[in-house]
Amino acid sequence: MNARPMDQFLFIALPYVCLFTFLLMTIYRYRQQSFSYSSLSSQFLENKQHFWAVVPFHYGILAVTAGHLIAFLIPRSILAWNSHPLRLYILEISALVCGLLTLIGLISLIARRGTTTRIRKVTTVTDWILFAMLLIQTVSGVAIALFHPWGSSWFATNLSPYLWSIFKLNPDVSFVTAMPHLVKLHIVLAFLTIGFFPFTRLVHLLVIPNPYLWRKTQVVRWYGRKSE
Amino acid sequence: MAAGRMGGLCGTNFEDPFERNPLTLALSPSRGEGTKQRNKQDPTLMQIRSQVSMVFHLDKCIGCHTCSVACKNVWTDRKGAEYMWWNNVETKPGTGFPTKWEDQEKYKGGFERNDDGSLSIKSTSKKKIIPNIFHNPHMPSMDDYYEPWTYDYQNLFTAKEGSDQPTAGPISMIDGEKIDVQSGPNWDDDLGGSEIYAANDPNLAGLTEQQRLQLSSVERLVFFYLPRICNHCLNPCCVASCPSGALYKRGEDGIVLIDQQKCRAWRSCVAACPYKKTYFNWFTGKSEKCILCFPRLETGQAPACFHSCVGRIRYLGVLLYDADRLEEVAKLPDDELVEGQRSLIMNPHDPAVIAQAKKDGISDGVIEAAQNSPVYKFVMEWKIALPPHIEYRTLPMLFYVPPMSPVQASKPEDTIHHNSNNLFHDIDDSRVPMKFLANLFGGGQEGVVRYALAKQKAVRWHRRAETVGDIDRATADRMLHEANCTREEADAIYKLTALCTYEERFVIPPMHREQAIEMMKEPHEHRAETGFGFVGGQTRGM
Ligand code: SF4
Ligand code: SF4
Repeated sequence: MNARPMDQFLFIALPYVCLFTFLLMTIYRYRQQSFSYSSLSSQFLENKQHFWAVVPFHYGILAVTAGHLIAFLIPRSILAWNSHPLRLYILEISALVCGLLTLIGLISLIARRGTTTRIRKVTTVTDWILFAMLLIQTVSGVAIALFHPWGSSWFATNLSPYLWSIFKLNPDVSFVTAMPHLVKLHIVLAFLTIGFFPFTRLVHLLVIPNPYLWRKTQVVRWYGRKSE
Repeated sequence: MAAGRMGGLCGTNFEDPFERNPLTLALSPSRGEGTKQRNKQDPTLMQIRSQVSMVFHLDKCIGCHTCSVACKNVWTDRKGAEYMWWNNVETKPGTGFPTKWEDQEKYKGGFERNDDGSLSIKSTSKKKIIPNIFHNPHMPSMDDYYEPWTYDYQNLFTAKEGSDQPTAGPISMIDGEKIDVQSGPNWDDDLGGSEIYAANDPNLAGLTEQQRLQLSSVERLVFFYLPRICNHCLNPCCVASCPSGALYKRGEDGIVLIDQQKCRAWRSCVAACPYKKTYFNWFTGKSEKCILCFPRLETGQAPACFHSCVGRIRYLGVLLYDADRLEEVAKLPDDELVEGQRSLIMNPHDPAVIAQAKKDGISDGVIEAAQNSPVYKFVMEWKIALPPHIEYRTLPMLFYVPPMSPVQASKPEDTIHHNSNNLFHDIDDSRVPMKFLANLFGGGQEGVVRYALAKQKAVRWHRRAETVGDIDRATADRMLHEANCTREEADAIYKLTALCTYEERFVIPPMHREQAIEMMKEPHEHRAETGFGFVGGQTRGM
């Protein structure tokens, strides 16, 4: 392994620092400051633009993130799917549409926060930094989809192995060093976002209320079990 | 004793995973069949729980808002909570707070009964949570309440010298900008007859055009007050709707609370509560609601709004109820709901009920409190206190004694002519139409409201005959008989209405929770879980 020190820093050291921070801080924050785990919704203060910003953004970013995860987890199935050009086109176009949806949603979110005085009051510096990171990340993602097509395939062949090598604690940067700068930026920013995650309102992602779907409807708390 | 009951508990979660779910109970065949055919003689089919319940005697409310101010000063005088009024007093007819909260076409609060008899949450049910979690379509916004404001007092000191006096103009408490105040809480205070407020009261539904006109004509103009707090419902829609399971009902006394540590600002409870009694704290990003001053109750004091009530209209006491039949009752047709809810409430003097209550872990002290409960007398013995908007199907446990109102009058020529020559007019001649009160307190049924008003009227005839003597005894007795009331009962109603002491109004059950809490939990952590107080400061995010 004779990668340049810069590559070693960006694609080995930085990812580990960020992943470690993510793991440690989300747990620490959950245990020490459970109160601060909140989506901090601002719908109450502004109810009209909210719909047009929040809904496209969430659907878009969930789909895009899920796509990245799938390509990371089951790269071979993706390649098999892409072996037919038509299926490849469908996948690529859907990915681009979801990316654009995210971008439109994100821009509306930023505009809403910037223009409504009530909302500006409940927007922190952290929120603005996060917005900037997400904006660059989304723009670079959409640009990659446009200028470096067939990402679903090359992600599966090149980036999946790289990411796996990170998780297997045997990092191999040879897959990423040859990537275009735009892709490198996207990767670095992705890790930075993961590292920043525990310090932002993004933590609400970790407490999505899935138990609601199968919990009993009414909740009663007792101080002790009753003797039957 | 306390230690024994705590034996099975470890960790920080008090939730009982095996808690029976009232809404799915009917699915279990043995229970379901049992509940259908159960008769009150067979207590083995009951599961008795106790509930701290309330009565507000509207005939006594003077609309002074002391209760609201007491509550505001104790609980909601904080950033993010300025606009909240856990206790508020509305003028009826009027639009209330938030504006037109009773209009469920708009707010979609409460449960609805489906064609197959099942219940579902109108706003965000389990099915609708996934599409609605990002943007809740039925979430009221601050504009439905009001934007809180203060005054720019500093300007009085810092204004530049000029030709006129400096003023302290209104500024928003959210963004600090100057605001042009258009409305606020109690903007419709005392505005009975107003075409903007009174005429838009959702309870006017079903009134004839003539009745509506009369309500706003000067000679008939009438209003009364409706103080409101969280009803600590038996089938709370707020709890049922919370995706995080942050809201819960306390098993021992039925108080409904929001765990501040678990609330994640999904906002479902705000939309789901048909009484709009959960509020979203815009600063902390958590919902909050009335906690029935449980720290005061636990130390034997009445809640702040009860304690401070100038008109002494408020009563508090324990009711024992059968938790196994909750679901069955919540699903009854509209016109059976008032009676249905009463059928849940058990007679605390019945030996079979007492035996079952003890079996279900209710302490002797609580049973004794239930036997002395003023709420039981008003709701069950005398049947003159009624639940608000029972058709929302949350089974509220705050009951109202409907108010008497002045006699109708008309002004054909120059003199005002009263339609009734009686000293105490016929209740159907009251200025507030029976239908209006029925929409508020009877689930649309006039019968239960008429019964409550007739009995109150009979009590007046009876007391007049006793103390003034210008009414003969026979007439008073006939009145009592027509109202299904005895002299003894009338005296008891009179006494608890007019001469009640603090101890008679508030029969607070022993709770002893302080011991349990201290032994099991870090007190600061406990505070946050029970709806107030915060670990590490009440900050937003990180
Ligand atoms: S009044 Fe509303 S907030 Fe209170 S228990 Fe009932 S549904 Fe919940
Ligand atoms: S303090 Fe009592 S009398 Fe005064 S408004 Fe409140 S409930 Fe009515």
